[in-house]
Amino acid sequence: MAQTTNATTQVPASGGHGGGFPPFDSHTYASQLVWLAIAFGALYVLMAKVALPRVAAILEERGRRVSEDLDQAAKLKGQTDAAIAAYEKALADAKSRAQAIAAETRDKLAAETDTRRKALEADLNTKLAAAEQQIVDGKAKAMLNVRGIAVDAAEAIVQRLAGKAPSRDEVEAAVTSTLAR
Amino acid sequence: MADPIHQFELKTIGAPLFKIGGSDIVLTNSALFMFGAVAFIVALMLMGTSARSMVPSRIQSVVEMLYEFVADTVRSSAGHDGMKFFPLVFSLFIFILVLNLAGMIPGGFTVTSHIIITAALAAVVILTVIIYGIMAHGTHFFGLFVPSGVHPLMLIILVPIEVISFISRPISLSVRLFANMLAGHIALKIFAGFIGSLLAAGAWGLLSPLPLALTVALTALEVLVAVLQAYVFATLTSIYLHDALHPGH
Repeated sequence: MAQTTNATTQVPASGGHGGGFPPFDSHTYASQLVWLAIAFGALYVLMAKVALPRVAAILEERGRRVSEDLDQAAKLKGQTDAAIAAYEKALADAKSRAQAIAAETRDKLAAETDTRRKALEADLNTKLAAAEQQIVDGKAKAMLNVRGIAVDAAEAIVQRLAGKAPSRDEVEAAVTSTLAR
Repeated sequence: MADPIHQFELKTIGAPLFKIGGSDIVLTNSALFMFGAVAFIVALMLMGTSARSMVPSRIQSVVEMLYEFVADTVRSSAGHDGMKFFPLVFSLFIFILVLNLAGMIPGGFTVTSHIIITAALAAVVILTVIIYGIMAHGTHFFGLFVPSGVHPLMLIILVPIEVISFISRPISLSVRLFANMLAGHIALKIFAGFIGSLLAAGAWGLLSPLPLALTVALTALEVLVAVLQAYVFATLTSIYLHDALHPGH
């Protein structure tokens, strides 16, 4: 075998065809097949039984871990969303309560002001009525005084003109009739 | 110029170990490269998975990427039930990939440039398809050769075509890988040989950078081809396994 190899080595390039072409040298086929069977068989067994299951286990474990982490993240996100919703609800509640309180206070204050205003108005009206009464009284009193002055004046005029004092009753009757006209 | 065929020769190491059917079984450089590749792959896979860390180290990332890449190929070509063949497709892919790339090491040996190796790997694939197909579907597996919804007279022509196409699958699978590796390495060797020839030819030596540049470019191309052919082999394997799982057209 070794001698055959040496012989082919010395064949020039042009003579390399035919029986001297190594891939077509059927003497080597049995050896190559035996070693291929052993090598490839060993490789197949080691890959199928040891190496590939190990890689598969690693990849599966990682995929499981990643999906677990994703689930965990989704769960946490759900919790966060719930917390945000609760916070927003509390905020909205507080806002509406604040508005209710403000409206209530405003209404109360408005009602109070209203009562006070009404009391004041009533007070003023009473005072106004009293003042008006006083004016009326004053006017009547004044009118009474005017009558007295008129009677006195008429008496004095008549005394000056006639030279004698008229009776008080006559003058009063005359003034009354004149005023009534 | 160096003999471009020389690199494909099997070099015997030691005396014949034993005989099978009248053939001497000898340890060769090819066998050593195969064992080296297997040792490298097993070491990579076991080192990459020994930590089993949640956040992968660099080696573990490489192993996981290889796993996911082949698993995606199998899932997309053979379907989800094709994952029962995943260890086979993965072993084929990584074995061919590492052997192809090992062949790119200067002075190395390309195990996959031998037709008997690629033919044996293709035979593994096609025998898996046939044996699993018959075990899982019985005679229904042969419905693979009978396209449905076709006029019975047309079947006279179509069945032989389907049979020929099925038989040509392992042939194309093995020849594609073998020819790609062989041709690429011969081309590399020839262009690299031009550099030496031109340098030895006096003034012509000024032209020697041209084949050097071409050799560099071809080396890059060959690395691409090495990876691509491993991928093509794995993808076609997945597609053929799809037929074993779903023989109906």
